[in-house]
Amino acid sequence: MTVSSVSASSQFQYPDAKGRFGEFGGKYVPETLIPALSELEQAYLGIRRDPKFQKQLAQLLQDYVGRPTPLYFAERLSEYYAQPDGSTPQIYLKREDLNHTGAHKINNAIAQVLLACKMGKKRIIAETGAGQHGVATATVCACFGLECVIYMGVQDMERQALNVFRMRLMGAKVEPVEAGNGTLKDATSQSIRDWVTNVETTHYILGSVAGPHPYPMMVRDFHGVIGEETRRQCQQRWGGVPDILLACVGGGSNAMGLFSEFVSDPAIRLIGVEAGGEGIDSPKHAATLTRGTPGVLHGAMSYLLQDDQGQVTEAHSISAGLDYPGVGPEHSYLKDSGRAEYYSVTDAEAVAAFQRLSRLEGIIPALETAHAFAYLETLCPQLQGSPKIVINCSGRGDKDVQTVATYLEQQEKQ
Amino acid sequence: MTTVSQCFQNLRDNGKCALIPFLTAGDPDLDTTAQALKRLDRAGADLIELGVPYSDPLADGPVIQDAATRALKRGVKLGNVLEVAETVGKELQAPIVLFSYYNPIHYQGIDAFLTRISQAGVKGLVIPDIPLEEAEQVLNPAKEHGIEVTLLVAPTSPKERITAIAQKSQGFIYLVSVTGVTGTRTEVGTRVKELLPLIRSVTDKPVCVGFGVSQPEHAQQIKQWGADGVIAGSAFVRRLAEADSQQAGLQELETFCRSLKAAI
Repeated sequence: MTVSSVSASSQFQYPDAKGRFGEFGGKYVPETLIPALSELEQAYLGIRRDPKFQKQLAQLLQDYVGRPTPLYFAERLSEYYAQPDGSTPQIYLKREDLNHTGAHKINNAIAQVLLACKMGKKRIIAETGAGQHGVATATVCACFGLECVIYMGVQDMERQALNVFRMRLMGAKVEPVEAGNGTLKDATSQSIRDWVTNVETTHYILGSVAGPHPYPMMVRDFHGVIGEETRRQCQQRWGGVPDILLACVGGGSNAMGLFSEFVSDPAIRLIGVEAGGEGIDSPKHAATLTRGTPGVLHGAMSYLLQDDQGQVTEAHSISAGLDYPGVGPEHSYLKDSGRAEYYSVTDAEAVAAFQRLSRLEGIIPALETAHAFAYLETLCPQLQGSPKIVINCSGRGDKDVQTVATYLEQQEKQ
Repeated sequence: MTTVSQCFQNLRDNGKCALIPFLTAGDPDLDTTAQALKRLDRAGADLIELGVPYSDPLADGPVIQDAATRALKRGVKLGNVLEVAETVGKELQAPIVLFSYYNPIHYQGIDAFLTRISQAGVKGLVIPDIPLEEAEQVLNPAKEHGIEVTLLVAPTSPKERITAIAQKSQGFIYLVSVTGVTGTRTEVGTRVKELLPLIRSVTDKPVCVGFGVSQPEHAQQIKQWGADGVIAGSAFVRRLAEADSQQAGLQELETFCRSLKAAI
């Protein structure tokens, strides 16, 4: 078996027994959920060392998800960033977009659904923003014959109509959430309310490295396969490790999946790219780490977009998957400890990168993923020599073509 | 104004079960909240829970969520809520227990928050979205500010946790009647009947039951099962929100409060 599924290297790092990454993380939930979180934690710690479970998961990742995903050398993209002195960054894409359902999200969804079965839960709920996590969850529920309810904000249902259709096609019930702006934050709140209500029969497949402990740890570990494969593939290709890792950050699951394997290699730069929306000096952005302050949302202490009353403010991004005012607690920890760097790019820059990668490589990235590519514009001119950059190409962009078409039309009119 | 504990002592001395209505402050507006507090007080409320509107009320069902959203849209801030508590509170018999989600408390700093609410005459505090472990850092400083922090017990809480929560909870113990969020339901969660004696066996602190209580029959049932108090929220909030006029809403509220009181 070439596929391993749970990151071994992360087991000795954070979080601590209370689910803390430094001051971040924890379990800030109503009392009703505490026993369920303890049960989940125990179940997870059990399967972490259970060879039978790991074997079953590895088999599914290989046969159903399609792992390992390729590490692709993007030659034309690399050349595009050739410097005046002739040096060229070596840009590699970790092709998570080639997973079944078109994004990294299924790594976590399939592992959690397997865990839910082990725990005897017959009903699955999940939140979704861009619909990628919702689709991944609906997919694995169909595959395992489980009841599936997906909460999705009404605005996201509109901008990701294709994914709504896909989820319904696979038998999931998609529940529209009208509260707030009708985006990921509201869908997550509604999922937690459902879980509080049906906690005894239901497992909540949280889709990011966010939420109360043990979710940030568990979701990170289930995506750890991204970083592990990357390490192995780099070793095979040039006998070394990458110099820079680059990933977009909304809640931060694809970034943690890539980073966690390399966190303890201090020479490797870890860069997360947030959604700058219409600009981080405007009120319309989702750059939580860049512009937020620590607070509590959806069960964890982490950076947060909030006003001077401690009310959570609405985020904005053209990308539904990054349109979230919170972020995973481990990213907050990596930011404050200086281990990882976080920057932001605007909607316009992300759309330009969406087009650029499509034209240069014939790969249409998800709008979320396009944020990571957009940051190359800033990063590459600052680099010396020919560093090896691995970008997590976290999802495919078919779902976004309508959004981008509309955006470009509006730009032309202005 | 008496403290929460004193209030329960008086009730116990007189063999009475407490009625604790909940209001979302600032919905439909702050003036209505001020008047509603007075009406509830004279209609037999023994304590009053005053909800600070919050952007992401995870423990609340649609009625209180919507009320909070409306209040925030009108620009209601903690300062406004405390102003009402301070001005009106002096005229009330019933102590005010503030209901606030954790993030606004954390944002200000626990000490600063406690200082502010204590200066406004608030006597108790309920934080619905943190469990015992995270509440510990509020419990000790609260004592210094004369605020009693009430913790919640859920139907899913195992006995060891119930014991630990009961030991730390101040003023009273808030027993959540159902697994779920706030909001009216057709009947009282039957597990309350089993949980009440269980809690009694580990503490002599007062136990009040809330979530889903919307009819006099519910209140009566809860009293019969042996609770020290009955908490009703959405049923009150809805009456103010759905009324054709402020006066009609206040009248509805008072009538409903009296009907619950009469049942216990």
